[in-house]
Amino acid sequence: MQRNGPLALIFHTLFITFILAPLVIIIVVSFTDKGYISMPTDGLSLRWYKAILDARELMSAFWFSLKLGLVASCTAMVLAIPAALAVTRYRFRGREAMIAFFMSPLMIPQVVLGAAFLRFFNIAGLSGSFFWLMTTHVILIVPYAMRMVIAAATGMNREIENAGLSLGASPWTVFYRITLPLLMAGIVGGWMLSFIQSFDELTMTIFVATPGTMTLPVAMYNHIAHTIDPLVTSVSAVLIFGTMLLTLLIERVVGLEKVLIGRG
Amino acid sequence: MPSPSAARARRMPWLLSAPALAVFVSLLLTPLVLTGVLSLYAFDGQRGILDTYTLANYIEVFTDTYYLEIFVRTAGMAAVVTLLCVIIGVPETLILSRMRGRWRGIFLLIILAPLLISVVVRTLGWSILLGTNGLVNQIMMFLGITDEPVRMMFTLTGVIVALVHVMVPFMVLSVWATIQKLDPQVEQAGLSLGAPPRTTFFRVILPQLLPGILSGSIIVFALTASAFATPALIGGRRLKVAATAAYDEFLSTLNWPLGATIALVLLVANIIVIVGCNRWVERRFRSVFEG
Repeated sequence: MQRNGPLALIFHTLFITFILAPLVIIIVVSFTDKGYISMPTDGLSLRWYKAILDARELMSAFWFSLKLGLVASCTAMVLAIPAALAVTRYRFRGREAMIAFFMSPLMIPQVVLGAAFLRFFNIAGLSGSFFWLMTTHVILIVPYAMRMVIAAATGMNREIENAGLSLGASPWTVFYRITLPLLMAGIVGGWMLSFIQSFDELTMTIFVATPGTMTLPVAMYNHIAHTIDPLVTSVSAVLIFGTMLLTLLIERVVGLEKVLIGRG
Repeated sequence: MPSPSAARARRMPWLLSAPALAVFVSLLLTPLVLTGVLSLYAFDGQRGILDTYTLANYIEVFTDTYYLEIFVRTAGMAAVVTLLCVIIGVPETLILSRMRGRWRGIFLLIILAPLLISVVVRTLGWSILLGTNGLVNQIMMFLGITDEPVRMMFTLTGVIVALVHVMVPFMVLSVWATIQKLDPQVEQAGLSLGAPPRTTFFRVILPQLLPGILSGSIIVFALTASAFATPALIGGRRLKVAATAAYDEFLSTLNWPLGATIALVLLVANIIVIVGCNRWVERRFRSVFEG
């Protein structure tokens, strides 16, 4: 294998700088003591981190998004696990079409989904409810959840299940005591990825969010579209740190690469 | 007559996927069909959505130069972003693959982790960097590239820079997945048979990476063409693209039928690009995929 030459290393340094620059600038600016966007040249201040606690709208949007992401990702897993087992363990007519149908939200632009849900909620009178907003997120994240479970189920050794069955365990016992634990890495990876996708979703949600169902990305988008102040940088910095923690967790549990490529 | 267990085996996959299917049919298929119907309604500025069917919205989107310009801008932006992602993403992935295990893991994490950070946050970072008094302008003036600040906010250049940042991890990911399957000995063979490194690269390595580059390009193109947050926040009101135009029709102008039409044209164009390119790639590189 060839080694990287000096030119390659310069390119690499520039590339990594490009990737990190917007994130680093947010973190640096968030420590300013001024009332506007500026470098914290005269000393660091936690002023804008304290201000987050007083920002009622952003705080309630944060808790709302957290609840939404948790409920939606758990619901998505409950739907995705049996469906993923169906397409990995059985060969049946319509199988390919079923997989394509479950993966289709990845191919549909989120604006289209947003427009479709807005129209649907408007006709059915469902706007402004936590439950129905949650179901739209479920549809959006089921592909991520399913892909991970399919990957885990494809590589699974089924002899152990057969051993359980032949030793007299009921199908349910086999499912809870053997299948589920063996799929656990895929399930946890899929669940975490689904949670992040739901928590970060903006484009679809902005169509259907109401003042009573305001998610954090939508609240931040509205805030930034209006004005960029140090408050959004400190909120963003907290999100960056939080996502970094979760990313390291995913890396530890299943490997980030596997989660993102979607192969087990 | 089929045995009971065979009948059971035939029912089983449908039973297992029934809950997910029910949710998808009622909450995905139905809204999409309703949006299709919505795009066929007539609209009047005063009276709102009219109860008559018409193709007027489609005729407007396809003939009015205003919408034509938006779609051309969207496609052009997606093409440039895709090209830039290839130009910087592919060499970086090759560099990564030549690193030692530990560093490779760390840098792969640094490049891929931003995929999980909210696009709103990443776009905010670029808004701060690209401002008139932002760091990018300060550095360019310090280096003497420019004498006075260059306007980058609310320009297509600014939108493209930020979008390349958002999209390039997808390219790295896709090429990386292909590199994992490569046999390093093939490169060695090329070199040991006396081919110079440059020839080995263009004749041996690049052709093997092409499927990964192409599938990465399809992903980047499709995602860029439907991007919303970055064009909206960095491009502003005047630099409209398909996604922001659809949003404005729905939530500012309140011309829902026209908004639905723009959204559906975007959807169909996206599907044609994704499916068409995938077919082409699969035909062209069947031997590579089967190998």
